[in-house]
Parts: sequence; structure tokens; C-alpha cells
Amino acid sequence: MKASWIGLIALALVIGCAPKEQAATTSGTASGSGKKLSVVYIPKNTGNPYFNDVKRGFEDACKELGADFTTVGPATADATSQIPIIKEQIQRGVDVIAISANSPNALNQVMDQAKSKGIVVITVDSDLTGNESHRDACTLPTDFSKVGEGQVELLGKLIGYEGEIAILSATTDAPNQNAWIEKMKDTLKEPAYSKMKLVEIAYGDDEPQKSTTECEALLTKHPNLRGIISPTTVGVAAAAQVLEQRGVYAGGPYAKGMGIELTGLGTPDQMRRFVESGVVKAFQLWAPYNEGFLAAIIGTRMKSGELKPVPGLEIDALKLGKRTFTEKLELVGSPLVTFDKKNIGDFHF
Amino acid sequence: MNHVLRHREMIPAVLVIVAFAVGALQSPFFLDTRYLLDSSTLYVEAGLLALGMTLVVISGNIDLSVASTLALVAVISAKLLEAGWSLPAVVVAALALGAFLGAVNGCLVAYAGIPSFMVTVGTLALYRGIAHAMLGAQSVNVPSHLLGIDMAYVPGTVVPVSLVALGVIAFGIGLVLNRTVLGHWIRAVGTNEKASFYSGVPAAGVKVGVFVIAGMMAALAALHINSRLGVARFDHARGLEVDVITAVVLGGTSIFGGKGSILGTMLALLLLALIRTGMGVANVKAEYQLAVIGSLLVLTVVATNLGERFASRSRVKLQTQP
Amino acid sequence: MLLLLVLVCAIAAIREPRFLDPSSLNSILLWAPLLIVVGIGQMMVIVTRGIDVSVGSSLGLSAMLVGMLFRANPELNAVLGAVAGILLGLVMGSLNGALVAWAKVPPIIATLGTLSVFRGLMFIVSGGEQIDGNDLPVALSRWTLGGPLSFGAVTVSWLLAIALALAAAAAWFLGKTRPGRDIYALGSNPEAARLRGVQVNRASFLVYAITGALCGLAGVMYAARFGFVNPATAGQGFELTVIAAVAIGGTKITGGSGSILGVVLGCFLLGSINVALAVLGIEASWQMLVYGVVILLALLIDSLTRKTLEGLQTR
Repeated sequence: MKASWIGLIALALVIGCAPKEQAATTSGTASGSGKKLSVVYIPKNTGNPYFNDVKRGFEDACKELGADFTTVGPATADATSQIPIIKEQIQRGVDVIAISANSPNALNQVMDQAKSKGIVVITVDSDLTGNESHRDACTLPTDFSKVGEGQVELLGKLIGYEGEIAILSATTDAPNQNAWIEKMKDTLKEPAYSKMKLVEIAYGDDEPQKSTTECEALLTKHPNLRGIISPTTVGVAAAAQVLEQRGVYAGGPYAKGMGIELTGLGTPDQMRRFVESGVVKAFQLWAPYNEGFLAAIIGTRMKSGELKPVPGLEIDALKLGKRTFTEKLELVGSPLVTFDKKNIGDFHF
Repeated sequence: MNHVLRHREMIPAVLVIVAFAVGALQSPFFLDTRYLLDSSTLYVEAGLLALGMTLVVISGNIDLSVASTLALVAVISAKLLEAGWSLPAVVVAALALGAFLGAVNGCLVAYAGIPSFMVTVGTLALYRGIAHAMLGAQSVNVPSHLLGIDMAYVPGTVVPVSLVALGVIAFGIGLVLNRTVLGHWIRAVGTNEKASFYSGVPAAGVKVGVFVIAGMMAALAALHINSRLGVARFDHARGLEVDVITAVVLGGTSIFGGKGSILGTMLALLLLALIRTGMGVANVKAEYQLAVIGSLLVLTVVATNLGERFASRSRVKLQTQP
Repeated sequence: MLLLLVLVCAIAAIREPRFLDPSSLNSILLWAPLLIVVGIGQMMVIVTRGIDVSVGSSLGLSAMLVGMLFRANPELNAVLGAVAGILLGLVMGSLNGALVAWAKVPPIIATLGTLSVFRGLMFIVSGGEQIDGNDLPVALSRWTLGGPLSFGAVTVSWLLAIALALAAAAAWFLGKTRPGRDIYALGSNPEAARLRGVQVNRASFLVYAITGALCGLAGVMYAARFGFVNPATAGQGFELTVIAAVAIGGTKITGGSGSILGVVLGCFLLGSINVALAVLGIEASWQMLVYGVVILLALLIDSLTRKTLEGLQTR
């Protein structure tokens, strides 16, 4: 039984050694301006490079606004993984909770709890689609209605507006992706794209291995494939790797006919290698930084009572210029940016 | 000192006190009764699973499929509600399904003679796999009038109803284990299966029984999580088996079977909840929690093993002395 | 086994003739190597009546650490990176081995614990940042792109070559060396093995250490195959795939017997099933169900043959 005490001491050590929180987060007061507001951002999961750029936006805005900023995220993007974290933040008494929700409907109750404590709840990047009343406002990465169109046009330009195309998406239930895919289908009905034929939509569940297998299956099933659109950062990177390995990209050593063009939504850091080697000519994304920057601005202003969002209200977003709230109280981060060999060197995220 | 230590519950009990102290030192937001009670409902599912698991482990087995059983029952019961079944019918169906899934585990262990860790690794994949194949990444909504079991309080207090319910069920299972012949059989099978068989214990039946109870506990947990979250998804409670098994061994139940205590499991669960809540409210990142829980699991078993080896050695010494 | 493999391919080919395209053969040939490398180790562990559920996390942690090494030293030779991966894996495997062999922790508990610990460490060391393609040396991606042999459009990649070479080495080790045969002896009857002078603890330590080293190498192969390492997804859930492959490869789940050839075929079979599912347009969400069914079927067959054999003996 003596040894159990070793376990006990070990436990005490483990807990004792765990990084202690910074006292500044909660008790700091800015001289002269009263209590400092505290903002917390909860990404879908840690380890997702996309959200690192969102965090940078928060950091810069909070520095400029004189607010405290922390970020905590779950290890996995399961629908329920954010709930304990939100509860903890409510208990910590933060002023603004900004969150990229993992589920459009599993968070309603805990969000209401936060709101009832006077906390401003802002959704960032992924909204509570259909449950908008459970948050106060939302910042979206870009004008979503333009993503599908932009992607189809980009691929069309690459393949001369002619040939079979396929889509490699995330999960069958990903709300953003599904909205874009619907828009892509609508766009393809326009006369300019009449010679482009959508042959399949595959789903890689945003896992590297599944995305790779699904993309390889696309190549097998559709020997005449000319283009792939993958509107998800995991999918587009996996697809690029497949095209490189197979050498079937346009200009590749094993390309049949004119080869396959790939485009989609990816982060510059992930895609740089493929753009520089010519496997991928161009892809798109927005500036995730802006979403964080905007969320920090409206969150703190709403908490201090300076801002009351109503549809059509224009706000001054500091260095980002003027922004206007939409019908559902959303703010749009940035237009769609197309990255290619010429400009990719300027972006690092 | 020695006779105090002989109680299996002592270690988790002391650790709970340590955790309270450390938690309070780490963050000023920790020692808040209302908050701790509210947070406790997050751990009710793990608690229910741990009760079933305690019996399984005492019988000399392990059930890795509990969290997957939870997910499958959650998905199917939400589907039934969606199809218009009444609540009592769904509760009965969920419990029956949980019992059936547990029975599958139990029969494969008892009658096919396959080690339980292998069987339940298989059903861990199978049960969650069925849920995933049924729903993909979709979620099923639970009717809104059934939401919020975790926000119901015992009238006039701040004590959540589901916490009280967990306590009552734990007490019941404790009675079964300590006061009934079934409890005696479970311990006998876990201590020495052959010997128990020759002394007339229906070993196979007992094994199926503990897995069935574990399955039904998972079904209760599934109903609780559905009401708490308002949606059912295939990825509910993924990886929760690690927390559950950690709670059971930390609570003094011998991983080799035969010995264990429900009170110990509940104390250990409280400890895990305190550690997770404490680390969370002190903004310690989730990944540290992962590493801490994993180390705790391994360290506990190592410590008890070394302890027992030490104890048996000193006993041998005593016996050989003239 | 071989029959099953042919059967799966035949069904897939009838439903979708393009399954027989060299392109899907390439997919299978690239799907299998990671699985074979880790499967060899897992088989040895299962032969000794153990299990290692930490393989996915050790693979991921090794991939992450080696990726960080490459990011810090862009000039580092890819082979040296692989050696680093093997050593890191060996350390992790030795921890598992020590817990099982000397601290007498049941394998499922020890490796369930290290599964969480290694995954947690993966986030902690990386600070949650993933390793991108730019951070990895170009030479590493050639392991997947190129290979020693090529038949028309079908390429035997370096990854596959490494995996098959390791399988051959493992077959020799298990069949022809003393420590290798000790592993089987320990699995078929631990007591008898002890009495015959087999160093039981050493043998059981060895299988976990070897598995760790193999996972370490597989981590580097993962980086080569997928071109990026994410702390949340790299190797996540891989343990189930590996156990399914080993089980379907005819390894006796209750210990004592199992062959490398079986494991290799099992890996190809599982690879074919997966690629067939994708080609047939069945959603990826069915994968886990397939693994579960495969593991349980293998268990049942195992148990039935055992019962029949026992029946014959008592008669």
C-alpha cells in the first residue's frame, strides 16, 4: 500500500507542474480606463492551421482595443467537445466568447447560459445555422454566396470551360461546403459553363487518409476527368498530393490528354509546395485574419454598450475600413483571394 | 495507519482532497459550489459507464465498447423519438438495445472463449461503425421538450437531479455487489474462474450478466447525453472509455479481477471530474488533460502492482521467520 | 485468405469494371505499406497474448517529432530522418514494453494509457501547429512517387519496398532466431515457456519495443505518403485498422500463432476493401463498420476452429 502514496505524490506533482494561468487575464486593469474587457476565442480544434490566422486577427485587434485575449480549444472537433470549455469560460467570467462552432445545434443550451450571464457570444467562421437566436452576432470569412461561383469560374478558366469535373468535399453534413456545392451546381447551369459536366461529388470526411483514397477513386472511375474542386483545406492538400504522386496533373509525366487541374480552398502554407512545382496552378481562400479582427471589435464594443447590431448598420472596423451587418447580423471578413505562383510568396498562414 | 489504508477507497478519497486544494490554488474561479455542481452533470455519463465497468472489471474482464454502445443507443433512440415513439417506449427500447449489445459482448466472451479486450475492441469499432454508417456526419435532433435533464434541480436546492440519480443508481449497484449472491458470484468469477465453476457458480451466466448491466448503463448514459445536448451524433463520447477505465482502476478495483468497490469508483470519478474542471477553469489546454489522464491510468496500476508485490514479499518474510 | 482477396476484387470488379484499372492497383499498393509495417509488430504482440492500442498515437508522435526535426534542419537527409523516427519509436515502444513486462500492467491498460499520453504529447510538443508539405524534404516525397520496380503504369513504390523488406526480415527473425521462436513459445503457453528456460519478460518486452520502432518508421512513411502531419488526425484511430488487418491475416487472437505472410495478405485485403468501397462510391463513413465486422468475424472463426479442434481431440 505504501506505493500508492507514490502515485499520490506523482499526481500532486503532475497537477502542480501543469502550467499555471496568467493572473493578468482576469485581474488586470488598464490605468484610467476602468476594467479591461476579456475576450476568449474557442476554435473548432487546436492543431488546425486555418484557425491560427484567425487567432492572429484577435490578438492584433485586442492589442489595439486594450482588451485581454486568450484562446482555448478542444483536441478534437467532435460536436460536443466545446461544451465543457464554454462552461469553464462562463465560470471564469469572461466578457466576450467568440467561437467557431463544431455543431450548428448541439451548443444552443450552453450558449443561452452564457448570454444569460451577460456574456457577448459571437460565432466566427461557422455560424449556428438555423439557430441564430442563440448567439449575438457572427463574422463570416467571405460572402458565401460568391464562393461556389468563384470556384467554378477559376476551374473553368484552367480547363478551357470544357470537360468532366468532380468535387472532393469534407463530410456529407458540412453546412458551409454543402451551401457552396449547391451554388456550384447552379453556376454550372449557366451557358458559359455548359460544356463542363459535374460527374461526381466525393466526401473525404476531412481526414487525410480517407480524402486520399476518395481522390484516387475519382481518378480510377473517371478516366476523362479534367478538373477537381476541393472546397476544404484538408481535401485540397490531399488531392494535390495524389495528383503529384500519380503525375497526372496538367503537364505531369503521366497526364492523359491535357491532364487534371485541381483547385479549391486551401491555406497558402499547405499549398505552397504544389503551386511552386506546378501541380496546382491556382486556388482560393479569404483572409481568416479579418474574421478574428472583426469579431474582437464588435464583441468588445457590444459588451461596453457602444454597439447594438441591427441589420444594415455600418461600423468602423479600424484598419479594415467600413463593414455592414447583414440581415442575420453577420459581418463579412474579406473577398475571395486567388493565390497563384505570382502572389503566394506574399502570404504566410 | 495501516488499517485505514486497507480500505480501497482511501486513496481516491485523499486524492480528492488534494485535488480540491490544488484546484483552489490554481484558479480563483474553482471553489464555487454552484459551479462545481453544475459542471458535475458533464460527468454523469462517465459515471454511469464506470458503474457498469466496475462490475465487468471485478469479474476479471474489461469492456472497451461502452462509449461506442452509448453512441449507437443515442443515435437509435433519437431516431425513434423522431419517428414519433413515446418517451416511455423509447426508454424501454434503449435499455433493451443496450442490454442486447452488452449480451453480444458477454456471449462472445463467455461462450466463444475470446478474451474480453479483443471482443470489445471489435465491438468498439462495430457499434460506433453502425452509428456512423447510419448517420454519416449528420445529427438527429431530440424534441425540445425532452431537453435539459442536466439543468433540472432538486426543488429548492442547487443540486442537479441527474447527480442525485447517479448516486441512487450507484447505491443500488453497490448493494448488488456487496449484499447479493450475484455480487458474490461476480467476485468469485473474477478471483478464480475455475474454482468458482467447481463450487457451483454459473460463471458463463455471470459474465454475460455483467456485460448486460454495462450495456444498460451505457443506454442510460445515452438517454442522458441526448437530453443534455439536444442532438445525437455518431461521435458522441468518443474516447470516453479511457476516462471510465481510469476511474475504475483509480478507485481501487483490481484490474486482474476479484476485488473492487463502487464507492471507490465514484470517488475516483469525482477526482477525475475535479482534475478536468480544475485544469479547464485554469485554462490548461485540453491536450495536457489528455496526457494527465493517460499517465494517471498507467501510474495507478503500476503503483498498486508494486505495492502488492511489496506487501506479498513482506508477508513471505513473516511466514518464513521462525 | 488469398481466396478472400480474390473474391473482394472480383465482386468489386463486377460492380465497377474500372476497379481493375492500374490506377486502383496503385492505390492498394500505396495503402498497404504503412499497415504492413505496423501490422508486423502488432502481430508479434498479439502472438504473445497482448495488444498494443497505442500504435496510432506512437505513429503520430514520431511523424510529428521527425517533421519538426526536418523543419528545423531543412538540409537533413531523409534517411537520417527515418532513423530518428525509428529511435523515437523505440523509446515509446520500450516504455510500453517495460510497463507490460516488468511493471506487470495488463497490455490493454498500459497501451490505452500511452495512447492518451502520446497523443497529448503530440499537441504539446507541436504547440498545436501542423507540419506542412514545405517543411518536409522533397526526397521524402520521392519514397511515394518513385520506386525500384515499375510495370507499365503500376509502380512498386519505395514505401512498399521498405514494407516488404521488413516483412521478409521479420519472417526470418520469427522463424529462424532464438528470440523470435521464444515469442511463439511465450504465446502458446507462458508457463511451459518459462519452464523451458525462455526469458519470458525479455521476450514480452521485445515485442512492444519492436512494435514501437516499427511505428516510428511508419510515422516517417506517413509524412512521405500524405505530405503533412496534423496533431489531431495523424494516426488517429489507426489501431483499429491495424488490429483488423492482423486479425483477418489469420493471427490467432488468443495468442501463440500467426504468420507474417498472413499479415501481409491481410493488409492487402483490407487495402482492397477500402479502395473498393471508395471506387464503388460507398461513403467513407462505412469504414469503421467494416473494421468491426472484420475483427469480429476473425474472432468467431478463430473460436470456432478452436472448439472444433478441441472436439476432435476429446473424441
